[in-house]
Order: sequence, then structure tokens, then C-alpha cells
Amino acid sequence: MSSKVVMDTLQASHARQYCKFVPEKVRKDFPILKSTIKGKPLVFLDTAASAQKPARVIEAVRHCYEEEYSNIHRGVYYLSQRATENFEYARERVRAFIRAKKSSEIVFVRGATEAINLVAQTYGREQLERGDEVVLSQLEHHSNIVPWQLLRDQIGIVIKVAPINAAGELELDEFSDALGPRTKLVSITHMSNALGTITPVTEVIAMARARGIKVLVDGCQAVPHLPVDVQDLDCDFYVFSGHKLYGPSGIGVLYGKQEHLNMMPPYQGGGEMITSVSFDQTKFAAPPHKFEAGTPNISGAIGLGAAIDYVSQFDFRRINDHEQDLLDYATKSLSDTRGIRLVGTAADKGAILSFCLDDIHPHDVGTIVDNEGVSVRAGHHCAQPTMDRFGLSATVRASFGMYNTRDDVDALISGIHRTLEVFDT
Amino acid sequence: MSDGLRELYQEVILDHSRRPRNFGEPKDCTRCAHGDNPLCGDEITIYVKVEKGVVERVYFEGRGCAISIASASLMTEVMTGMKVDNARALFSRFHHLVTREAGSDNDWQELEKLAVLSGVREFPVRVKCATLAWHTLNAALGEQSQTVTTE
Repeated sequence: MSSKVVMDTLQASHARQYCKFVPEKVRKDFPILKSTIKGKPLVFLDTAASAQKPARVIEAVRHCYEEEYSNIHRGVYYLSQRATENFEYARERVRAFIRAKKSSEIVFVRGATEAINLVAQTYGREQLERGDEVVLSQLEHHSNIVPWQLLRDQIGIVIKVAPINAAGELELDEFSDALGPRTKLVSITHMSNALGTITPVTEVIAMARARGIKVLVDGCQAVPHLPVDVQDLDCDFYVFSGHKLYGPSGIGVLYGKQEHLNMMPPYQGGGEMITSVSFDQTKFAAPPHKFEAGTPNISGAIGLGAAIDYVSQFDFRRINDHEQDLLDYATKSLSDTRGIRLVGTAADKGAILSFCLDDIHPHDVGTIVDNEGVSVRAGHHCAQPTMDRFGLSATVRASFGMYNTRDDVDALISGIHRTLEVFDT
Repeated sequence: MSDGLRELYQEVILDHSRRPRNFGEPKDCTRCAHGDNPLCGDEITIYVKVEKGVVERVYFEGRGCAISIASASLMTEVMTGMKVDNARALFSRFHHLVTREAGSDNDWQELEKLAVLSGVREFPVRVKCATLAWHTLNAALGEQSQTVTTE
């Protein structure tokens, strides 16, 4: 099922009243977009690396510290109760956002990186044995490669990689071939950060499930752009970072099915994750607290809750339509450029545009367009194996968020023309 | 175009990036070192022929942006024929000069053709591009066997 069909089905079954999505109005909610870079209005096209924050999120973090801050799950005093309620309300907001069954399936972590490391070091270490296979795709971010390599070096698992085609799409036949009798886990991105490819996770999960294989989905890039229903997907784990969803940095989410979280050993030991401690033995708290040792990122979680409130006021279909329009407009505008090579041309693609210019290195493009006020990413996007597939060391990447407009695309195009002028091609 | 940008992408730099001098692997090198910039994936290998304490030849191979390729190319030209001790001293001065604030010295005249790289000062994130080849050559001259990085 394509992401568009999923979206229509989801939205139909959760009909509700939304605020009208008007990009020009949305822009005003993001204070940083009023600023200038080198005397030119900021054109921010690096949302895939980290999104800017709406005033509602900034205000929620300020409110937390100025008016309702204390440590949580400890004090009997009023302020601690309030802070605890706000923190747990944020957990509930996350649960509803990804449509998990229970809020105890939502573990707060530092980000998707920590979430994947947590699964590798708890579920992976406990359930996988020497020679067992973990299947990744060629689209993975380093954060979904390195944790499995660490586990490989520790217990001798085998990492297998499902390839992508020249358009940057996962080939389901080849993915199927990568699954073998020793495959225990598939860990795959929902949307590629380097190319924008949206992967067919529904089919991937169905294929894995038919063979009794567990699935972790890296939803970092997907959650800001697509509605996600973890029960409908029927994945075992789903991870994402708050800062890419217009929330604060340093907070992220691990969703795990209750049955897995119950049997997984703790990741770190400390306060908060226990019910009792003596020098002889410790009894661990139930999930999610078992995985939240130490004082958590309280204001971060609250800010993430506010970010979810912010995006949820709109119909996700409208956000996605707008971002798709920007992607189509940018793709069309760039296609006429001399020496352009688009990298990643999947049929199902999110609002990310990766490209190269003949004989001009992406870093030089990045510096010159920055001089025009346009922030783009130039590099390997923490996805070197994906770059290798295309024989490249780097690309320029423009990524769009809900606050971008066609004017931003025009500024990018003008910056690229300036680059061609400088290099006199 | 801003003055800073014009300064950074001077004709000499563009020329060296398009037609890098001393590019390739020579047969008779006596030392070599590999360098990379993990931030951007740029890579370079420097080959040196040293005889009797003199840098007879410097070659390089690699991939990178206009600034890093031009800097490497210019470096191979100025280093050729230099005594090893002087070459290493020049590395320190070059590094100092691309990171120091503009106008705080007049050493550029002495460094002659390297002066075209002074525009990098205005773009701190690009200093690593300009210095990658230099760090790598320094490692080759010091006979360090490990890969050098700009991090």
C-alpha cells in the first residue's frame, strides 16, 4: 500500500476538525524565520537535519522552567506533582500521535540514536545469538548501522543489507532474498534522510512477520511528514527524534510492543528505573520507567508534547500535499539547471531533494548558496553506504518542512545559478 | 556577489581546482600519508619523494571541494624543492595564517602564491578544507603511518 493510500485510510478513520493549513501563516509561528543571514532573509532548507521550533514549543519549555519545574516521580509537593503530570501528559501525547495501544509502550530517550542502541543492547543482546542475522537496507542512516556493528562485535551476529535500485528504491524481491532462516530482526528506515525515499514498510513488515522476524522502524524522517499508526503497521519497535518533529533536541521516543519491553533487560541502571534497591539486589520498575534511568529530559519531553500539539492541529494530508508541491516545484525547477544530477528519484518520496552539479563539489555549492541566505546541507548526510551506491562522496540536500514556501525554492534556484556563475560553467 | 565570496573563489583557486598540478601517484615516492575529513567525506593521499633532507617532489590524489583541491595543488608547487625542516615550518605558518584574523600580519607576501587562500579566513567552516592536504603532508614528512583527520 502506498503512503498516500495509508494516509487517506488513516485520516478517514480518524475524522476530526482541523485548523486550515496556510503555509504563510505557519511561517509566522516560527520566530527564527524572521531572522536574516548575511543581510538576507533566512531560507531554511535543512529541516531533515533538524527542524525549527514554533513559538508554542519555545513557550512550553519556558513555562516548564519558569512556572512548573521540579524533578518528577519523586516529590509529594504540589510542584513535583504538576511537573510529573506534564511529563506524563507528554508521553500520552506521543502515544496518541503514533497511535500506540498504551502509554507504557512509550519510552523517552535522547533521540532515535539512543533508541536503536537501547534495542540493540537489550533486546538484541538477550534475544540474538552468534550467527543470527539482522537485515538492514542500503538507505540507513549511520545510527541504524553502527549500533548493530557494535552488537556484531560483541556477540557475533551477522549484518545483511537489502540493496536499493538506481532510483533509490528498496526492491522488495531482493529484500525478500535477504531474509533467511537465521534472520531474527529487520531494522529499516521509514523514509531515507539522504534521498527522501519512502520505504514500503507495510510490505516489509508483512514479509518479516510471515517468517516470524521482528521489525524495528526508524521513523525519524517519516513522523514529521506522514501519519504513523504503529498498531496498523504492526511493527515491534518504532523510533524517532523530537527535534526533527519541530520539538526540542535531546528528546526522542522508543515505541516497543509491551510484550518486548516487559522481557527486555534494563539499558542503564540508576534512579527512577527501580522499585527497590539494596546492596544485595534491585527490583526493576515496569516499562517504560525500567528504561528511563536517572532524571530525564523533563522540559524536552514537555516541549515534544507541545510540538505534537502544534502539528496535530492541522490535517496531515494538507501538510503532506504542501510539502509534495514544494518537492515537485523544486524538482521541476532544478531539472533545467546545467549539469544537474538528481540523486534519489523514487516514485514514493518525501520532501527531500538530493543533487549534484557537474564538476562543482557540494561544499562549494553550500557555501555559495549560504551567502544568499539559503541553508542547505552538503555532505554524506550520515549515510555513507547510500552515497557509495551512487558512487558519490557527497550531495547537496535541500529538505522541506511545513513552513517552507515556493519563495524558498526560488531562493535556492537563484543561489544555484549564482554558484554556476562563480564557477563560470 | 559578496567581497568575501569573490575573495574565496578567486580565479587562481578555480584554475587549480579544475586542473590540479602534480595530481596522481608517482612511482618513486619515498613516503605517503592518507588524510580524510570525516565531516564531509573528503579524502586525500599525499606522496612525497624526499632525498637528502629535501622535498624533491610532492604529488597528491583525492576528492574534495574546490578549496581543498586548490590548496593541495598550490601546496605541491610551493613545497617542491624545499628542505624538510622548512616545509614543516611552512605548514605551521600556513595553518596559522588561514585561521588568524585578517590584517594581523603581512606574512602573505612572503608566502606568495598561497596568499590566494587567505579568503578562507572569512569562512571558518571551510578552514578544514584548506588545511587537509597540509596536515596530511605534515604527517608524511613526520613519517606518521596512521591516517590523519581534520577532526
